[in-house]
Amino acid sequence: MTIKKIRVLVAKVGLDGHDRGAKVLARFLRDAGFEVIYTGLHRTPQEVAMAAVDEDVDVVGISLHSGAHLTLVPKVIKYIEEFGGNPSEMLILVGGIIPTDDIPKLKSQGVDEVFIPGTPIDEIIEYIKTNVAKKKQLLKEKVDQ
Amino acid sequence: MNEVSDLVQGILSGNRRALARAITYVENNYSEGKEIMRQIHKETGKAHIIGLTGFPGVGKSTIVSKLTEEFRSRGKTVGIVAVDPGSPFTGGALLGDRLRMEGFDSSKNLWTDPGVFFRSMSSRGRAGGLAAKTGDVVRLLDAFGFDIIFVETVGAGQSEVDIIEVADTSVVVLMPEIGDDIQISKAGILEIGDIYVVNKADLDGADKTVKWLKAMLLLSEDLVQSLTKFSHADEPKAQNMESLATKSSDWIPPVVKTIAERGDGIKELADAIEDHFEYLKKSSKLEQKREERVKRELLEILMEEIKELVKSKLNYREIIHQIIEGKLDPHTAAEEIVKKLKSVIS
Amino acid sequence: MMGIDKKRQEWEEKCLKPWLKRAKEREEKFETLSGIEVKRVYDPLDIQHIDYTKDIGYPGEFPFTRGVYPTMYRGRLWTMRQFSGFGTAEDTNVRWKMLLAEGETGLSTAFDFPTLMGIDSDDPLADGEVGKVGVAVDTLKDFEILFEGIPLDKISTSFTINPPAAIILAMYVIIGDMQGVAREQIRGTIQNDMLKEFHAQNTLVLPPEPSVKVIIDIFEWGIENVPKFNLISISGYHIREAGSTAVQELAFTIADGMAYVEAAIERGIDVDRLAPQLSFFFNSHNDFFEEIAKFRAARRMWAKIMRDEYGAKNPRSWWLKFHTQTAGCSLTAQQPLNNIVRTTVQALAAVLGGTQSLHTNSFDEAWALPSEEAVRVALRTQQILAHESGVANTIDPLAGSYYVEWLTDKMEKLAWKYIEQIRKMGEGSMLRGVLKGIENGFFVKEISNAAARYQKEIEEGKRIIVGVNKFTIEEELKIPILKVDPEVQRRQIERLRRIKAERDNKSVKDALNWLRSAAENDENVMPPILEAVKCYATVGEIMGVLKKVYGTYKKPIII
Repeated sequence: MTIKKIRVLVAKVGLDGHDRGAKVLARFLRDAGFEVIYTGLHRTPQEVAMAAVDEDVDVVGISLHSGAHLTLVPKVIKYIEEFGGNPSEMLILVGGIIPTDDIPKLKSQGVDEVFIPGTPIDEIIEYIKTNVAKKKQLLKEKVDQ
Repeated sequence: MNEVSDLVQGILSGNRRALARAITYVENNYSEGKEIMRQIHKETGKAHIIGLTGFPGVGKSTIVSKLTEEFRSRGKTVGIVAVDPGSPFTGGALLGDRLRMEGFDSSKNLWTDPGVFFRSMSSRGRAGGLAAKTGDVVRLLDAFGFDIIFVETVGAGQSEVDIIEVADTSVVVLMPEIGDDIQISKAGILEIGDIYVVNKADLDGADKTVKWLKAMLLLSEDLVQSLTKFSHADEPKAQNMESLATKSSDWIPPVVKTIAERGDGIKELADAIEDHFEYLKKSSKLEQKREERVKRELLEILMEEIKELVKSKLNYREIIHQIIEGKLDPHTAAEEIVKKLKSVIS
Repeated sequence: MMGIDKKRQEWEEKCLKPWLKRAKEREEKFETLSGIEVKRVYDPLDIQHIDYTKDIGYPGEFPFTRGVYPTMYRGRLWTMRQFSGFGTAEDTNVRWKMLLAEGETGLSTAFDFPTLMGIDSDDPLADGEVGKVGVAVDTLKDFEILFEGIPLDKISTSFTINPPAAIILAMYVIIGDMQGVAREQIRGTIQNDMLKEFHAQNTLVLPPEPSVKVIIDIFEWGIENVPKFNLISISGYHIREAGSTAVQELAFTIADGMAYVEAAIERGIDVDRLAPQLSFFFNSHNDFFEEIAKFRAARRMWAKIMRDEYGAKNPRSWWLKFHTQTAGCSLTAQQPLNNIVRTTVQALAAVLGGTQSLHTNSFDEAWALPSEEAVRVALRTQQILAHESGVANTIDPLAGSYYVEWLTDKMEKLAWKYIEQIRKMGEGSMLRGVLKGIENGFFVKEISNAAARYQKEIEEGKRIIVGVNKFTIEEELKIPILKVDPEVQRRQIERLRRIKAERDNKSVKDALNWLRSAAENDENVMPPILEAVKCYATVGEIMGVLKKVYGTYKKPIII
């Protein structure tokens, strides 16, 4: 019996070239036992979405420091749907420079959580472990009804 | 199961998400996975499966990307499975092949091309069962309808050699002056390749590596055998090594030089790959290979199943304990397990 | 020295040992941020190998350890130059005028991501990014608005711009022309440092070699036409922000500098004509003394390199002049007011290190671009240091400190090790070595590993970040945050559309064709770029030509 590995897509979307956080996060997530796919820089929302669907990831983690989050993150979610994926099956997480005012807006569009600078990576890992299981449970209950 | 038939339907009608989900189930040994494999089995056998292996850093990912682009321009659809080593300790993995997927023509985007499907897989730090698993994923891509399927692995040890045997055409990628020549012969790479690539051919020593490879490949086992066969009685007139080789094994692995970053040599490599597929089909070697593959995979799956059975039904832990305490030795223990299994069968 | 040696031993035996028996020190080992072990106490014995006249000297004299000018801040304070820009040119012009009114003494331009990447505001890839992290510039028109009311003969302007640096320089020069200011009088800096983009900052468009070629074109043109303008700001700031140590920042920056000088010499440029127009850009991070030592070591290293390796004869060529920015990556989102303290310590280090110009970060920058209130405090920080603290009254006051001189020397030695490693990669050439390091991921790996190490220390609680992993509180963000008007993108795209309709499109086409042919024939690209800019060709159109000729670059990813 294999325990399913949690698959995480760590994505840099748009023109933002600051990848220190994403790369450090990718390493730590790997060390925590996740399967991590890092997209590299300058991906379009379409590229990220296609990767999310084809790799059937449990978590999409988008890293942004460019202030473009209100435009780009909803686009990623939209394209996941367009390519046949189901965003509500995935944890959609955002990290980077995100003003608190924008967090409710992002969440109303399908983002599950936003992690501001200084968040301990352990906290992110715990969040993922807890909530991936929760989502799967929720969906199973929906299906079983 | 409703979901299973939905997924199977989806795969056979070109639904990417269904394919992606099915791969997840198969990879993680879900019962749904086995059921899916049962149902799609007869839809497989159409694709040309190409395995690529080589040491880290030789440029496999780049080659796969450029080949994908080339085959797309030849009107073929391409599926790619990239197997990365995972940590045996944490089980985690950084699956880094996808992000290296870039075509030469920046106007065509491999990431969003509907004719391309890329899936990263972790070897999860274990060798056992990996080839069978990869084989199942390949079959899913095959059933989906991809014309070409690339299996990309990191070469260095025995498990990677197993994966290569999942393929119809094995491509071994090298780099000029890569390490010790003797090491390469030892690693068995020279036995498994149908095509050899010397990438980064702009580096010093490329021609030397090509020459050396060609020489080593001609001195393969069968060739040595045929030479001894021909030695005394018959003395073939044109003593050309290559013509001798042609008699002993019909396919001489070509050595292709590439500079994948620039796209150089990619067309030639694609041609060689297509040539090999033609050769396999014409010579019925394709059936042979597939038969070998089926045999190996069946055995691998069987071993896994038996292992599971023994572990779950036959008080495995107790047996181990006894061996450690010296009350039992491994041979006797095994005999007793086999006895129990035999009694169940008969 | 014998007397001190004896005294030291005595102290260790009679005073220290008994004390340690009763009270342990806080840590097993103390280290700088770079991992250099720091001793309990430094004394003359630690610096006896250092010769004052040879290694330290006086300010304004080789090897310039104490400063590039003989009077330093007694003659003129460092330039207070706050990096700023957002929204449209109008928005930035307003912020600039506010900063000038508040006492800043030099301008520094932040561009938005589309401009940084050489694409226009109406490009689909620019959607959502226009005006967000800096000012949107598409054509000369934006510069006309940006510099409205700002006389180019009275102010110097820095431009943080890399792939399109030639275009931005051209725009500034033409604004000068329009204002009637002679090109020989134009002062400022273009960052124009592509090598560090490949190492760390990642605004990448053209591949490495063509990028360097364009930079040398700018040098060639610049020394003839704008002799008072700094044609490059060889940067370590971004390398540090990406996670490197101070030693790596020092070494890689100097290495890049050497690479540029070699490339210029290969082009046939006289090093003494170029050197006065080279400048540097460093980070100022938290480890106070390490930063000061870093700045001093940098000056000493560069002086030796320019005089002894590249044979520069003019003493001005040996000067390492630099701008400093306090460390953005050290700022926290939690308890943002704490950032004022961090910035102050970092600014002080830069001043004690002899920087020529300084940008201080605002306390809200872990959340957004600086608000007016926040940037005012940042500016005041510099003004208080300059006018109230007395540190500007004497030159290089920490010289002679046993610790600081020892650390300066230590950092120089460690940096040389890296430089020799890079030189070896290039088989004797720093230029080839740096290009090789870009190709094989050497720099990226070093930086990535340092960043991962640093994060590990934080996660394990070994490195304390006040307010983040210690001394935390339950908090709600209560500071006002700058919001970029969402209409900016629409307005900018509309402006662009109008300009494209109203300009003489034939001249634009001709200019772009000239540029294409110049690029293809390996000629200097500045003259055609100037022509194109004058005709209101867009940043995207001009970069587009260069991309066509030189290709675009995809960075090999190393995690």
